[in-house]
Amino acid sequence: MFKLSDLSYKNQRKIIIFTFSLLPVVLLFTFAYLPVFNMFHYSFTDWNGFSKEKEWVGLENYKSIFTNPEYFVVFKVSVYYFFATFVQMGLALYFATILSFNVKFKNLFKGILFFPYLLNGVAIGFMFMIFFRPEGTFDTILGMLGLGSLVQHWLGNPDIINISLAGTSVWRYMGFNFIIFLGAISSIPNEIYEAAEMDGANRWHQFRYIILPSISRMVQLNIILAISGTISAFEIPFIMTGGANGSKTFVIQTVDLAFKYGKVGLASAMAVVLLFIVIVVTVVQRLAFKEER
Amino acid sequence: MNKLTSAKVAFNAVRVNSDKGKQNPLKVASLFVKYGSLIIGALAALIPIIVVFFASLKTRSEYASTGPLTPPENWFYFENYTRAFMEGKMLLGFMNTAIILIVSIVGATLLGSMIAFVLHRFHFKGKKLLVVAFLLATLIPGVTTQVATFQIINDLGLFNTRLAAIILYLGTDIIAVYIFLQFLDSVSISLDESAMLEGASYWTIYWKIILPLLKPAIVTVIIVKGVGVYNDFYTPFLYMPKTDLQVISTALFKFKGPYGAQWEVISAGIMIAIIPTVITFLALQKYIYNGFSQGSVK
Repeated sequence: MFKLSDLSYKNQRKIIIFTFSLLPVVLLFTFAYLPVFNMFHYSFTDWNGFSKEKEWVGLENYKSIFTNPEYFVVFKVSVYYFFATFVQMGLALYFATILSFNVKFKNLFKGILFFPYLLNGVAIGFMFMIFFRPEGTFDTILGMLGLGSLVQHWLGNPDIINISLAGTSVWRYMGFNFIIFLGAISSIPNEIYEAAEMDGANRWHQFRYIILPSISRMVQLNIILAISGTISAFEIPFIMTGGANGSKTFVIQTVDLAFKYGKVGLASAMAVVLLFIVIVVTVVQRLAFKEER
Repeated sequence: MNKLTSAKVAFNAVRVNSDKGKQNPLKVASLFVKYGSLIIGALAALIPIIVVFFASLKTRSEYASTGPLTPPENWFYFENYTRAFMEGKMLLGFMNTAIILIVSIVGATLLGSMIAFVLHRFHFKGKKLLVVAFLLATLIPGVTTQVATFQIINDLGLFNTRLAAIILYLGTDIIAVYIFLQFLDSVSISLDESAMLEGASYWTIYWKIILPLLKPAIVTVIIVKGVGVYNDFYTPFLYMPKTDLQVISTALFKFKGPYGAQWEVISAGIMIAIIPTVITFLALQKYIYNGFSQGSVK
């Protein structure tokens, strides 16, 4: 029988490098890079996804994305998710800071605040359809607080719907940022707080001059991740509204165009634009961090 | 310690003592804000789930006539659960999810640790390029390239097979490679070297030494990938629309049309889908927190 150990280490090395890399590399190129290249190619054609011929249309698809309001209106929807990102970060930072000091039932609060992040996206979508239903949970709570006059068609009114959906997204993802921040804060050595306390620093000073500087990198990283997530918001609006009532996001639009209307060329152009934005954001972040170090 | 700081310590000690004595109003207010906001936060996190739990135990007429925050009359009314489970074919969903979950986690662990082993332990031509290729791939968010990925899956004849989801979870999720690469930094090369002195092959080194030592990293991969795969919606939705292949996410999503107004049945479906998550979370809390803190630091 063939035995690897009979070979010299030099030959073993060659065999191991080749066999261990083969499958991961093939998968990486087929499913991470090939789609990107194909997408670029499709974006210059009018392909419908199944016919044999694709006609070259040059920049036509890109032109219609930026000139036809029906297509570029989705950028406006991203703005809601973008602002929601900052609410999400603020809440995560606030709770992480509070829970890093002495608090009763620390672990219970930590678990509860983090838990939504682990839940199934479809389950969350349905939960919030129930939550926002007319006379549903939200309306009931508002009524209990004496705010019944604020009651709205939370998922019916095009002016409100994106706020409701972005709020759902904050509910879903806040726990993730929270747990990351909490981990970063807890790695600050205790002596630093003690020393600060001796010097008469209050909690705000401790947050401002100890916590914030030591986790600023984490905060930035999370903001960037969240912005990429913002632009590619898909699951929650798709599950809850299917993009109705003016809640169509960039990715819903892309998926609809490609798989519903057979406009693979146009959808690819949209995806290229999206990918471009995400890459720019990420590269800017990487460069910013490099300068800091 | 110089005189000044020791004076400060003494001063602070006095101050702390006097604080304890009279409970100044500012402190009470800050306690109030602290616990008040924590309780509001916890309620905001829990209420949407509790409402669904209540609804899942209500009869149809009870659901229509009571408020969402009213607890069910009978805590043992499981009719909705039976209906959701049977009519929604959720057992099928769990089975498909389990198959996909197990195969992709085992696959990601093996492939990820193999490529990480090669990239971390050997120097060879093109290695840098490979590392960059794996790095760059993390920049491409999966959702954006679905349009073109779909054509590739289709051309490979994988559309409407479980393999479509499995291969996508293996091929496009590079996070496992990262976690392993990071962890390998802490596994000393001298271990490899001393094994080589005893004549162990590279395979033996990988299989008998490296892989067992990677255990903590494997736990992280299992958690991060497990949560991702269990909760993923668009991959099964796009690539496996066939009913026989439905996973938990898509099984649940199918309630949307025909059960439009039967929220008590949908609620039971939601509970069935999240119960495994609740149990896993309660059992593995510590690992889950660590997993996500490590998995996120790229």
